[in-house]
Amino acid sequence: MKILRAAIPMLLAAATFTSCGSATEKTVSTDGSTSMEKVIGYLSEAYMADNTDVKVTYNPTGSGSGIQAVQEGRCDIGLSSRSLKDEEKADLNETVVAIDGIAVIVNPANSVTDVTLDEIAQIYKGEITNWNELGGSDAPIVCIGREAASGTRDGFESVTGTEDSCKYAQELTSTGDVVQTVSSNPNAIGYASLASVSDSVIAVSVEGVAPTNDTILNGSYKVQRNFVLVTPKNKELSDEAQKFYDFCMSGSADEYIIKAGAVPVEK
Amino acid sequence: MKSSVIEVPAVTLKTGKVRKTTEIIEKSMSMTFTVCGFIAVGFVLLITIFLVVSGTPAIAEIGFIDFIFGTKWASTAKEASYGILPFIMSSIYGTLGAIVIGVPLGILCAVFLAKVAGKKSSALVSNAVNLMSGIPSVVYGLVGMIVIVPTVREVFDLPDGANLFSAMIVLAIMILPSVISVSETAIRAVPREYEEASLALGATKTETIFKVILPAAKSGILASVVLGIGRAIGEAMAVMMVSGNVANMPKLFGSVRFLTTAVASEMSYSSGLQRQALFSVALVLFVYILAINLVLNLVIKREKK
Amino acid sequence: MNRSISKSRRVKIALLNGLIWAAAGIICLLLLGLVVCILYKGLPHITGELLTSKPSLLEGTVGILPNILNTLYIILMTLIVVLPLGVGSAIYLNEYAKNKKAVKLIELATETLAGIPSIIYGLVGMLIFVQFCSLGTSLLAGALTLVIMTLPTIIRTTQESLKTVPDSYREGGLALGAGKWHMIRTAVLPSAIDGIITGCILSIGRIVGESAALLFTAGMANEMLGMISAVTPNHAGSTLTVSLYMYAKERGDFETAFAIAAILLILTLIINLSAKFAAKKLKKGV
Repeated sequence: MKILRAAIPMLLAAATFTSCGSATEKTVSTDGSTSMEKVIGYLSEAYMADNTDVKVTYNPTGSGSGIQAVQEGRCDIGLSSRSLKDEEKADLNETVVAIDGIAVIVNPANSVTDVTLDEIAQIYKGEITNWNELGGSDAPIVCIGREAASGTRDGFESVTGTEDSCKYAQELTSTGDVVQTVSSNPNAIGYASLASVSDSVIAVSVEGVAPTNDTILNGSYKVQRNFVLVTPKNKELSDEAQKFYDFCMSGSADEYIIKAGAVPVEK
Repeated sequence: MKSSVIEVPAVTLKTGKVRKTTEIIEKSMSMTFTVCGFIAVGFVLLITIFLVVSGTPAIAEIGFIDFIFGTKWASTAKEASYGILPFIMSSIYGTLGAIVIGVPLGILCAVFLAKVAGKKSSALVSNAVNLMSGIPSVVYGLVGMIVIVPTVREVFDLPDGANLFSAMIVLAIMILPSVISVSETAIRAVPREYEEASLALGATKTETIFKVILPAAKSGILASVVLGIGRAIGEAMAVMMVSGNVANMPKLFGSVRFLTTAVASEMSYSSGLQRQALFSVALVLFVYILAINLVLNLVIKREKK
Repeated sequence: MNRSISKSRRVKIALLNGLIWAAAGIICLLLLGLVVCILYKGLPHITGELLTSKPSLLEGTVGILPNILNTLYIILMTLIVVLPLGVGSAIYLNEYAKNKKAVKLIELATETLAGIPSIIYGLVGMLIFVQFCSLGTSLLAGALTLVIMTLPTIIRTTQESLKTVPDSYREGGLALGAGKWHMIRTAVLPSAIDGIITGCILSIGRIVGESAALLFTAGMANEMLGMISAVTPNHAGSTLTVSLYMYAKERGDFETAFAIAAILLILTLIINLSAKFAAKKLKKGV
């Protein structure tokens, strides 16, 4: 009881701090792709800075889950790092908010710096198993990838033509995890959203093209996919959600998208 | 257990109105407590019903044999297959490994605490065990990820350290506190006469421990093993951080997925049959744990006799 | 005393003794290694900023205040619900129940609840509270799930402490003409309070350490929640443990992850010490 007695005033103090203004609070809930975390993070912070009475929330659950959340009405805007499938398009709208390059990453200790799409496919299908087949050191290749419903995996596998035939050593649940795993294992290769690539890994160039904003926009860096805002077809967005959506699709959002590491689309 | 008290109805000294109010209060409190009492039973029923209702449709659609004994889990492939044998076997191996590493270590430590240690060392190790039992599983997973996985990779010269073996080590460390505390209680409960008789017959203290006391504490030690098995099979978070998460048939140094991590890693984005299949996995896990508890408790009861 | 122990026996004994001491030593080393690793990697990153702000991309800062608050909210919400339920249940078992079979059934149910893994609680909590009761992913759904998880602990510890109250208290109360509930309220419960508090502290320890059950019920979001929004449906929030998992696995931010681990370690220590202290008081009082 003494503990409770101490906790209650503490909580009340904390709550007073944080709930100021919560009386007139409007919320926009977004849910979905973990790769889009930085993009939605920047966009929502910028938006909230200008509209202090609105709260934009983000639940990082994965592209597939975000799409489902919109379908079931559990969130306002869904975030997906892949295009919608046909059956999903029946009652959902998709709008491309940015293009994201999928970087193919290796450990900094690895000497391989360029691969072709075919080689990538062969590596992930298990047909090339040693780095020395690509001009690197004599070491086994460890294929790191994402879990089954990841938008990043979907994008990677469709561009490289390896759907359903990838042999992974590890299936991780987020982009950040892939980066971290590749950075700590000298023999690993992985794929991750370009926005999340840090100095701890090296993004190899694909068929001679390095992933930069320009090469992604003009399509010469082939491994890319769309960041998509998912909205319901048969239901109107709430006022606040619509305003946030409009902000994301406007030109003023471009600088934040670039800060987040993605490429804004022509608007 | 009801206390053995004779109840005197509280009506003798009160007037009519007060007596009625008191009676109403007493009766309603009695009913409240009865309801509270059966809440635990209610919760168990609730959990069972929800699990069975959500878990059986998928098993019906996939087919019991294909589900339990199928060796390929490819839940999002165009031709999806839902065999969960890899998960079942991985969970079994992982638990076995954890038990093989953790139980002997735990029993020896319990012996230390109960019979060998002086006051100071006993307090020190006892506190250490207590602290270990309170540490959250994600913390174990974090340290496992940063320390054990790279070490396993270096020591065994593997391409990747996130595998069944690392999971076994982390699980073994996690079940140690439970095994130690229950075994310690069991060892302390062995009557002193056993020990004294053995010493009087010429055995040394150590021989007494291993030949007399431990066998006498068998049922308690088995109970600690049951506890350890329960904890190991049910662990999800820590294991998810060190075991690689690919749905393979288990190999000691291969990436594996347990029943628990299968549910945890795919649940948030699953839909349709895949989602229902995950509920079925949870149902299988639930039945599994109930069955293990039942079987082992029966074994313990027989040992007691 | 002239003991003629054969050489092989002596070797065996020495070996076994060695193993016993080695086991104890390994365990101490394990804990030491664990604590040193966590504190060494985590303490340097526990800054004032970490503890008092929420994460912001625009400013490039990380903060875990939302998670600390979420943990506090969940502890409070869970305790408020589980204490009356658990204490009431223990009172029924110890004071009211007349049917031995009923008691056995309830005790079996309690043991079953205690053995269910937390990931199953998370799943069932999601099914029951998030979906069926339409609470959505929220702290409230998480708290209710934790209520079911911690119920066995509260029931057990309360039962133990009720058993230590001497029957003379009960007899005295009834002899003075009190009704049963009156007697329990005035004579039994006050003496059993220390045990109930110990149960409380143990449950707080369990709640703080719980993560699998909260992943799908309370969610992984990092929003700052005020007191009112904490108890309304559809407000997701991640506690310290869940956020540790997120920082480590999803964002690869190990500095923050270890900082949270260090905080959790210190919290565990404090909770352990409080439980011991409460238990000592209980022993003294009896």
